[in-house]
Amino acid sequence: MKTGILVIAEQLRGKLTDTTFEMLGIGREIATVLELPLHAVLLGKGSASLFSQLGAADSVFVLDGASLEMPTADAIAASITNLLNKKPATLILIPGTNIFLGVGPILSGRTEMPFVNFCKDLQIKDHAAILTCQLFGGKIFADIRLPENRGIVSIYPGSFSPEPGRSGRVPPVETIEVGREETKVTFKRFIEPEAGDVNITQQDVLVAVGRGIQSQDNLHLAEELATALGGAVCASRPVIDQGWLPLSRQVGKSGMIVKPKLYLALGISGAPEHTEGMKGAQLIISINTDPKAPIFNVSHYGVCQDVLEILPLLTEELKTQKVRG
Amino acid sequence: MNIITCLKMVPDVVEELEVGPDGKSLDTQWLRLRLSEPDEHALEQSLLLKEKHGGKVTVLAFEAPELEEALFTALAKGADRAIKFTGDFSGLGGPVAAQILSSFLRSNPQLLTADTLILTGSQAIDDLEGELSPCLAEKLGFPFIGVVTGIEFDPERKKAVVLKEFAGGLRGEFEVPIPAVLGIQAAEKPPRYVPVAKVRSAMKSMKIEPREVPRPDSLGRLPVEQLYKPEVAGMAEMIEGSPSEIAGRLVEILSKRALA
Repeated sequence: MKTGILVIAEQLRGKLTDTTFEMLGIGREIATVLELPLHAVLLGKGSASLFSQLGAADSVFVLDGASLEMPTADAIAASITNLLNKKPATLILIPGTNIFLGVGPILSGRTEMPFVNFCKDLQIKDHAAILTCQLFGGKIFADIRLPENRGIVSIYPGSFSPEPGRSGRVPPVETIEVGREETKVTFKRFIEPEAGDVNITQQDVLVAVGRGIQSQDNLHLAEELATALGGAVCASRPVIDQGWLPLSRQVGKSGMIVKPKLYLALGISGAPEHTEGMKGAQLIISINTDPKAPIFNVSHYGVCQDVLEILPLLTEELKTQKVRG
Repeated sequence: MNIITCLKMVPDVVEELEVGPDGKSLDTQWLRLRLSEPDEHALEQSLLLKEKHGGKVTVLAFEAPELEEALFTALAKGADRAIKFTGDFSGLGGPVAAQILSSFLRSNPQLLTADTLILTGSQAIDDLEGELSPCLAEKLGFPFIGVVTGIEFDPERKKAVVLKEFAGGLRGEFEVPIPAVLGIQAAEKPPRYVPVAKVRSAMKSMKIEPREVPRPDSLGRLPVEQLYKPEVAGMAEMIEGSPSEIAGRLVEILSKRALA
């Protein structure tokens, strides 16, 4: 039986995510080089109508399974395992998102296909798939060569452009019975984002604080700068986890994706989970004491200094500027 | 309630990381390790559950530099037992770690009672081969859910209702029967602080239990071709000078773009 490359499409509340199109784009590229068919996989009832957006794939498999509405990792893995018995594949691309966390390791355990996490680049060199993965908060990259190009690869969101994965072509679709998976974890309900005082996705200017702000007592420095710039304060995960700012102000993987005109990253190292949420900003200025902080790789301007020292001076300078007109 | 918390030491990324002479692993000579941050949250969540429902918290970890201090800190914070697997586990991946942990737990049934919850960080910065929690759940045949930020335990029904984060602030509520493995993203409260004096007193009054485990043939499974530091894209223009000069230059940049 001819094998192929599978892209597992991800949908949240009836909408395909950007990561799906990123995977289709890179999947198309490598499928062409390796001369393999590319199939997109839609999980569960209700998602079948989304197939027409997946034209970058040669065909679409819709897995009919009752429990796949808000699927758990083991249910997704079970459905794909069943699919593989009918439609063998060598390479499987899955999204490196919160929804899919756990799918790769479980699927790997059940199929004995190797699993590779945190993949940010995928290239074919002499017919071999070379994966580049980001480790240690983006500070180190690892290149992995998959034996026989066989494996399950978790694609880090935002690693590829979604545009090549979008197509107007209507692909052939096939419904595949994968059976009802007995999952012990049951989805009860969605909990909507807390309505915050400020919607950070609507702000032109964001002053973002990270660990470098050191304590809640220093937050006012960022607030003052945000006021001077007519913007709002947001934060990376560590600040939110400390309870210094509400969840509604979080930028990154679990938080918001923001694209302001100006993003000032203060004391933020720039782990992939954070840059995923802000690298689309028009102008990024970062201040961090670590000259090797990955945040500088996505910034337009960088300052290697202590934020606590620069912050008040910057606010002061802005105020003076305003007075001068 | 029987709470098992798996902890792991990871490189402290605040420090400079160097690639070792083999080009495939980190240079350990100057490497400073710290407790993986999500694991710190898993420990906090374990202690919160114990405070609410009673029971015992047992922390498990593979030997690593600076681990003892992390384990004594866990004991000082309120963990009841700390077990350390002795040996050289550098390069240990999630799947093999899960295999060792599951065999250990299976051979110690008193640690695997019907009211067991196993908590560990939802992910770690070196999870190249996959996160520990789903691997361990598979090995034990327990249900799994990751990216958890809240747990309501219902002892009567032997179920936990957990919150999982998706994206954009959206969360989902899931029901999980016990025993289960949960990957913790963030505890309901920030990890507690414990004074050094308390850690020192734990060092005197409590013990870390060393355990030998059979060493598997291979600790990691992926063929790493090379490890390297990403080339700085050269994208950021670095602004230098005295702090006030820098502030002045930044305002200039913002003014040019009508942002100031």
